[in-house]
Amino acid sequence: MTLTGRTTDPGDDTRTWVPICAYTDLIPERGAAALVASDQIAVFRTFDGRVYAVGNRDPFSRAYVMSRGIVGTRGEEPVVVTPMHKQVFSLVTGACLDDPETAIPTYPTRVTDGTLEVSVE
Amino acid sequence: MRIVVAGYGPTAHRLVETLAREGFTGTITVIGEEPRPAYDRVALTSYLKGTSAAELTFPAPGASARVLLGDRVISIDRARRTVTTRDGHEEPYDALVLATGSAPFVPPVPGADRAFVYRTIEDLDAIRAASSGAATGVVVGGGLLGLEAADALRGLGLATHVVEMGAWLMPRQVDEGGGAVLRGHVERLGLTVHTGTGLDRIEDGRVVLAGGTAIDADVVVFSAGVRPRDELARRAGLPVGERGGVVVDEGMRTADPAVYAVGECALAGGMVYGLIGPCNAMAEVAADRILGGSASFTGAEESTKLKLLGVDVASFGRLSGALDVTYMDPVGGVYKKLFVSDDARTLLGGICVGDAAPYTLLRPLVGRELTASPSDLLFASAGGPSVDLPDDAPVCSCNNVSRGEVRAAIAERGATDVPALKKCTRAGTSCGSCVPALASILAAEGVVQDKALCEHFSHSRAELFDIVRVRGITTFSRLIAEHGRGRGCDICKPVVASILASLDGGHVLEGERAALQDTNDHFLANIQKNGTYSVVPRIPGGEITPEKLIVIGEVARDFGLYTKITGGQRIDLFGARVEELPKIWKRLVDAGFESGHAYGKALRTVKSCVGSAWCRYGVQDSVGMAIALELRYRGLRSPHKLKAAVSGCARECAEARGKDFGVIATESGWNLYVGGNGGFTPRHAELLASDLSDEELVRTIDRFLMFYIRTADRLQRTSAWIERIGLDHLRDVVVRDSLGICADLDAAMERHVGGYFDEWRATVEDPEKLRRFASFVNAPGTPDPSIVFETRRDQISPVLVEVTRR
Repeated sequence: MTLTGRTTDPGDDTRTWVPICAYTDLIPERGAAALVASDQIAVFRTFDGRVYAVGNRDPFSRAYVMSRGIVGTRGEEPVVVTPMHKQVFSLVTGACLDDPETAIPTYPTRVTDGTLEVSVE
Repeated sequence: MRIVVAGYGPTAHRLVETLAREGFTGTITVIGEEPRPAYDRVALTSYLKGTSAAELTFPAPGASARVLLGDRVISIDRARRTVTTRDGHEEPYDALVLATGSAPFVPPVPGADRAFVYRTIEDLDAIRAASSGAATGVVVGGGLLGLEAADALRGLGLATHVVEMGAWLMPRQVDEGGGAVLRGHVERLGLTVHTGTGLDRIEDGRVVLAGGTAIDADVVVFSAGVRPRDELARRAGLPVGERGGVVVDEGMRTADPAVYAVGECALAGGMVYGLIGPCNAMAEVAADRILGGSASFTGAEESTKLKLLGVDVASFGRLSGALDVTYMDPVGGVYKKLFVSDDARTLLGGICVGDAAPYTLLRPLVGRELTASPSDLLFASAGGPSVDLPDDAPVCSCNNVSRGEVRAAIAERGATDVPALKKCTRAGTSCGSCVPALASILAAEGVVQDKALCEHFSHSRAELFDIVRVRGITTFSRLIAEHGRGRGCDICKPVVASILASLDGGHVLEGERAALQDTNDHFLANIQKNGTYSVVPRIPGGEITPEKLIVIGEVARDFGLYTKITGGQRIDLFGARVEELPKIWKRLVDAGFESGHAYGKALRTVKSCVGSAWCRYGVQDSVGMAIALELRYRGLRSPHKLKAAVSGCARECAEARGKDFGVIATESGWNLYVGGNGGFTPRHAELLASDLSDEELVRTIDRFLMFYIRTADRLQRTSAWIERIGLDHLRDVVVRDSLGICADLDAAMERHVGGYFDEWRATVEDPEKLRRFASFVNAPGTPDPSIVFETRRDQISPVLVEVTRR
């Protein structure tokens, strides 16, 4: 069984889930970019097997590169580090841990039958 | 207040600098006869090895000083308080400082006018000019400066003889035993030594010794001592010593209270001092007195530590005593002697030849009770008995800095590392021999250098390297589970990836290792501002065939890339999307290109000039050597990027001294410079070893690189690393194998060379590794719509656009 990074409300069946890729397509502690409608999303699989989705745009450099950052932890928080100028973002909340004014969007994820799904509504 | 300084050498420079530092607000006029401002005369010999006059020149003093060059004071009118210069200037003063230095002593032998002296840059220019086309040289004088001059002549390609009147070499600094060991070193370098004899005459093309022996000599250099230049004072009626020197009191004042004398022209306490340390001290005392202080100069120890002809020679304290302990190894060329008081409790002095380690540790202990048995102290070194110094012990004798001042800089001025101590106290900024002592004082004062790499590891990079190496760890997960905490970050992951790559050389994208890499290593390309990448194929030594140039051009055209020539003599192709990288590289690999590792903390390029193959000045095949070195070290992962260059002659067109390792051809081989870089803090590389054969050069670079990879901090360029460990220590380790690790370093480099493969070829041949090169995991056929270009100067240029609200 696979854990999801962001718990979704179990009663919330009305969400629209978009399949992204096979869970096994993700390299542990590495991200991948996905295109959902016209939005770019970065999906990650952490060492403990959880999956997370955040916006792919680095708000500091304005380039769409978050999926290419290094994944790790700061304290207990799973994080991704933008490859441009190394600001650190929480994978859970999207908050920039180096600059409280800045955040990136986060999206609920789940794995269904081995497929990673993201809800972007 | 008006101060006039007669003479503009290092001592005058120190005087002016001290006045400026202490906030002197009057006018200073410095009159120097040389055509250039003060320069570092201690490092004079390096001028013949490629250091420029500009590099030797001291920084200009503050704006308050007016400097007259190429002129000199010829008379002093003490009654009117004015000086007159040769060019006819008249300059009034309230305080006059004589800093006229000394003149080389030229023995009155027939033909002496044919000889050169060794004191100024102009002297060296003249010697260099005379040596061109010459074959033989004689240096008269086997003291400190004489051996430097002999080294210089040897470096200019002359078969060199040294003639010393005393019974052994360097009679003022070492005793007979030390002289014998030193002679062994000097003779092994191919110099011929004649001791216990003087010069009878100089004839055209030869010299004749007192005993009648004739020696061929196209170039003759006198280096037989100096005489204080006290003629100005004599003419002004100021007292001078019997053997020269302007008599001064403890405040550096002559018999005329408005006239001071400092440096080599002064006779202080009946002594004339020629070493930079005491001269600097005199300058500081005079400055203090002029400003109304009461500092005094009461003599200085005449310790010396230097490297002559590659041999460490050091002496300190008294060179005689009731008891002495001697260690002599004629085979290894080491001689060490300590003088102790008759109760064997107090250290009086010592002599070291071939191993100067005891000098740094023991010199400050002169006159104090021994902290270990004399024989143990003979072998004192960094790992030897710990030596605790009292506050008044001198640490830096060039700049007269005591242990107490270093302690104060740490405690009161917040200095927490060696560079800060250098800045606060000036200790370690001249000869540098006390830098290891500064580091140990920092440790003794409890300044803990926070070595923790990041929140996940409390180890330094060097410690992690050893843990990985010794424990045979091959994965990040095991390392962080056993020696760290959490799951890593952008600091520790690339460091561990680099360590693993340095040690076992596997593919950087293999298994778990792929997740450790920063984006550049992960995509084997360099990320640019819009998220595209640049591609740099290796062009070893900058040499490339027309066919390969055409391939690069075609690839760039076909993929619409921006092209630019790099500073490392290769071609950078910009604007590649991740999904294009494998296609681009397939073309390049098929045409015989391989990764240039421009994306890695790794060897980048070995730049070259065209060398002896084409250049009419070239003396060695610099392109051939650059290619050999680049192919040997390609793919070597290191704490930071590594750049190198090879120049085919001393004109240095490859700018090798701006590189981590730079090789400059000599008539007889190669000189190796290390620790240079451009960047934020430019630094010239320093000479590590000279006149190396091809094999010696490669072996020395092998060891230098491997030692750097093992011990440097994260993102520490070789320049900062050498600043930390010291050039002497580096030379001891990689040339003399003082740590006994050279065989290990050699083997590690052999493993690297044997295990090298092109990581781009391995990537394009592996479908698993190619999976990551997709624009979108769910839409691999759709290019990233955020990547947009405009055209500038006929090529693409990135434009950042907002394509989504996320």
